[in-house]
Amino acid sequence: MDRRKAQMLEELQALQFAIVDLHLYLDTHPCDKRALEHYNALVCKMKEVKERYEQFYGPITPDQPSKFPWQWIEGPWPWEMIY
Amino acid sequence: MWIYEKKLQYPVRVYKPDVRMAKYLITQYGGPDGELSAALRYLNQRYTMPTAMAKGLLTDIGTEELAHLEIIATMVYKLLKNASLEEIKQAGLGGHYAQHDRALFYTDANGVPWTAAYIQATGDPVTDLHEDMAAEQKARSTYEWLINLSDDPGVIDALRFLREREVVHYQRFGEALRNVYEFKESKRFY
Ligand SMILES: [Fe+2]
Repeated sequence: MDRRKAQMLEELQALQFAIVDLHLYLDTHPCDKRALEHYNALVCKMKEVKERYEQFYGPITPDQPSKFPWQWIEGPWPWEMIY
Repeated sequence: MWIYEKKLQYPVRVYKPDVRMAKYLITQYGGPDGELSAALRYLNQRYTMPTAMAKGLLTDIGTEELAHLEIIATMVYKLLKNASLEEIKQAGLGGHYAQHDRALFYTDANGVPWTAAYIQATGDPVTDLHEDMAAEQKARSTYEWLINLSDDPGVIDALRFLREREVVHYQRFGEALRNVYEFKESKRFY
């Protein structure tokens, strides 16, 4: 996998992981305002990074417009990626 | 419903094929304290949880366990991919090869297939959340033993990540349990 792709993917994974972790925290601390603000800011940032990645390297989620031919089936699949 | 994300939750690096490690690791795929058990247990228990917090948490942790299942699958796949038949036989996976070649299958480290008997749903939210907390501890211990069994820094790194998640899940389940107790208390007085 080329270096730029690997870097962008790792940036996205890091952001999405922080979101998953905060998501669980907010499930059990729904009135923690600071955590909530932090969560919202991370989601904004993540959306930008995801959009940029998908423009270059194809869809991460199955709800994206596709170039021709159909991009979703393009490999490598997650278990085939070599970092 | 669920939507697939075409990426792993955590980047998995495997530096060399290691059939023996694949044989041990498969227990976190289809063993009693593995990720399949975890995901199916939580996603099934959520329907009878009394509080919004517990319903939400079981949905989210159950979903995250599916991402962990994919991380384990990726490691096993990579560890087995270029293994020779000789290596497979030597590592004690000859029986697996006879039935599955290099395909993944939901078994524990001794080849015992996954069974729903590994998981429970009593319908009592206090009991079920205690089971979930115990399950997270059992998974944490298993990850520690697996870390001891590996000498691949890539595999160890991913296992450490998964171990850490069990600790966080345990913590969150404890908080949801307290919330269920509070809910039960409040019902007693009105
Ligand atoms: Fe877990």
